[in-house]
Amino acid sequence: MLDFPRWKVWSICLLLAAGILLSLPSFIPESTIERAGLHGLPRINLGLDLSGGSHLMLEADTTDLAKQNIAKMEEQVRTEMRRADPPIAIGDISTTGGRLSFFVRDASRIDAAVERIRTLTQPSGMTGQRDWDVQVVDSTRIVLTPTKQGLAQATDSAMQVATEVVRKRIDEMGTREPTIIRQGAERIVVQVPGLQNPAALKALLGRTAKLEFKLVDLTADPAAVAQGRAPVGSEVVAYAEPGQAPIAVKRRAMLSGDELIDAKLSYNSQTNEPVVSITFNSEGGRKFARVTQENVGKPFAMILDGKVLSAPNINEPILGGQAQISGRFTTDSANQLAIALRSGKLPVALKVVEERTVGPDLGADSIRAGTLASVIAVVGVVIFMLVSYGRFGFYANLAVVINVFVILGIMALLNATLTLPGIAGFVLTIGTAVDANVLINERVREELRRGRSPTQAVEHGYKEASRTIFEANVTHAIAGLIMFVLGSGQVKGFAVVLLIGIATSVFTAVVFTRMLVALWLRHKRPTSIHI
Amino acid sequence: MRLLKLVPDNTNIGFVRVRFIAFVITALLTIASLAVVGARGLNMGVDFVGGLMIEAKFQTVPQLDAVRSNIDGLGVGVSSLQQFGDPKTVSIRLPIPESSDEGATNAVVSKVSASLVKQFPGVTFTRYDTVSGKVSEELIQNGVLAVILAVLGIAIFSWLRYEWQFGVSTFVAIVHDVLMTLGFFALTQLEFDLNIVAAVLTIIGYSINDKMVIDDRIRENMRKYRQMDMKALIDLSVNETLPRTVMTSVTVMLALGALLLFGGHVLRGFAAAMMLGIVVGTYSSVYVSSSLLITLGLEPQRFSAKPKESRPDAERVGPQP
Repeated sequence: MLDFPRWKVWSICLLLAAGILLSLPSFIPESTIERAGLHGLPRINLGLDLSGGSHLMLEADTTDLAKQNIAKMEEQVRTEMRRADPPIAIGDISTTGGRLSFFVRDASRIDAAVERIRTLTQPSGMTGQRDWDVQVVDSTRIVLTPTKQGLAQATDSAMQVATEVVRKRIDEMGTREPTIIRQGAERIVVQVPGLQNPAALKALLGRTAKLEFKLVDLTADPAAVAQGRAPVGSEVVAYAEPGQAPIAVKRRAMLSGDELIDAKLSYNSQTNEPVVSITFNSEGGRKFARVTQENVGKPFAMILDGKVLSAPNINEPILGGQAQISGRFTTDSANQLAIALRSGKLPVALKVVEERTVGPDLGADSIRAGTLASVIAVVGVVIFMLVSYGRFGFYANLAVVINVFVILGIMALLNATLTLPGIAGFVLTIGTAVDANVLINERVREELRRGRSPTQAVEHGYKEASRTIFEANVTHAIAGLIMFVLGSGQVKGFAVVLLIGIATSVFTAVVFTRMLVALWLRHKRPTSIHI
Repeated sequence: MRLLKLVPDNTNIGFVRVRFIAFVITALLTIASLAVVGARGLNMGVDFVGGLMIEAKFQTVPQLDAVRSNIDGLGVGVSSLQQFGDPKTVSIRLPIPESSDEGATNAVVSKVSASLVKQFPGVTFTRYDTVSGKVSEELIQNGVLAVILAVLGIAIFSWLRYEWQFGVSTFVAIVHDVLMTLGFFALTQLEFDLNIVAAVLTIIGYSINDKMVIDDRIRENMRKYRQMDMKALIDLSVNETLPRTVMTSVTVMLALGALLLFGGHVLRGFAAAMMLGIVVGTYSSVYVSSSLLITLGLEPQRFSAKPKESRPDAERVGPQP
């Protein structure tokens, strides 16, 4: 017990000193760090509930994605059948029930059709499965069903693109230090510190930004359009602004947003209204020039996410690959649309399924309250330990205070996030860290009562108590681990502090105080101890 | 300097003697708690039922009725208001608009805030939470799963580490702690959200800490006094660990008391749950789980007969060599 070699003393002290040092940068205000250019220092992240900001969880609309998937397949099948030599005539195409089904008019060519369709499917998954299941029913009908793997793969690739688009859009908004993480198969978590008004962000992220230019169908009968009917090859589209009658446009888009290379906010030189200026790539520019040349004097519609923004007349051919989108914008909404168009269209619609926004004032209040509570808790516990255990209480206090710094240091090292429940976890850790010391001190008292010498009492007390402390903390850690693995958000933030706290408090309570006591006993060799 | 001793030396309280009374009280409390949960239900936060929560901070203490009629006039659904912490802060809960349109939630928020600002100048909105039904279901599932797995994991650990009786008694005691906490929340109608799940898990952790300390002492004494009557042995063990139980409860209570009084309204429910949990957990450690060991038929003779339990460094009685 008294035998604490010098190397051991040094390594314990160095270890704890390192922990304390790691915690120090977290106490320096952010502005000072920025001024001094010390960005590399490990610091504790403050959770959004403390710093203020928004947490959004976006979820992909998978039914929409499945629909798109089938529509794409339908298009591919039509092309493929037309390309066959001679073309294979098909009919009665239906895409209901999540499947694509059609029949081949000439039953003798069904094998050729299946053969060609198989080439459209892709291998997916590890087991050699393909993304579509091809079946022949009643010897003339072909049914295409997307496989589970195929759908999962489609979702995955769509989500990859979507995450990138979301990242671009948020960056374009100029928010600082956003965190964008894919979560699970179909979700994206976005965290933006310091954002006070998430409405604009939500509006921006919820927008697919699918832009199409379509010619207005002038042959359509306005009465029929009002009832939602359009001539063959055309469709009825509503205006984005309420109060305007829907119009009929050609199904085929003359141009789409995929051919944009830039979009920015500008103002119409005549009316001074905010508009979005767009620039096409060379291919898109050529297409636009050709179509507008052929249709001078006729209107075309600019359609965003299935809603008409405006349908101006083509007064003259639009050459040079530049155009303006108008549509009763405000400066803000035009800017938002420009951002959405610049960052590309989302391959799948995203919906906000969870939002947590904390105003910066509340965050600051919470930090202040949490810190105050922690300080009061520590002071209370320190005094209580001192009057209960005297010198041993002092050692325990030293251990507890160092413990607090070491936890902060380790959290900074791991770049962990401190949340409000994390502060609660902190307070609890302070409480339970004391428990280890209480266990030891009570045990030493007991051993003294049994008439052991001070050295023996201390030795036994530590040995017996350490076993108990170990048992208790392992079970506590089990609870912590389960929380960490299963928990989300708040629960996880709490578990992190708890787990780190368990490890460091056992170390400081058992090893560090034991060292202090041993050094004191060796130095003073007291004949009786007061505990 | 005379040191403070909360529990005098040689305290010997007959805990085991009253165990039947304790069982009856415990059973009654547990049933009552379940009944309250069944009858009143928990005041689930938006985390668990889905919905929209706006926290508004008023300049002066508002009339809740005035706030309610203001919001109800907007046609955004039935609102439920709750003052928490300081009376100037009101949480407003609304259902999430049915429409799948992204702007709908935004519209509700701006409608409510604009209308409130008009009637109550100077009101600020410090927090918005919206959770969709699907996400809230998942959060409930994960929360319940976390609690169940934590309880099971702990029970299995103490079964493997000690004897099956310890596993069972720990399990019973922890289930009791969890039910009591739920009963408390049903009774007070404090909002039950994800933070509270964290609190419940912490109570489990704390309570298990307590039980391990006592169980460990019981095991130690069983090795030491092989012929002692089990009742006397458990009384001895609980009494021996009593100073520690009291000291630790007091320090944790000190820390939680600070949190309750100064930790701000966001942490108040959390701190309240934890404080109650400490009381319940300590009670169940002292009165329920250790006494249950007798009912389950734990005997020192059987226990020490197992060779794997006698380790070379096991306790020796008598002076050190």
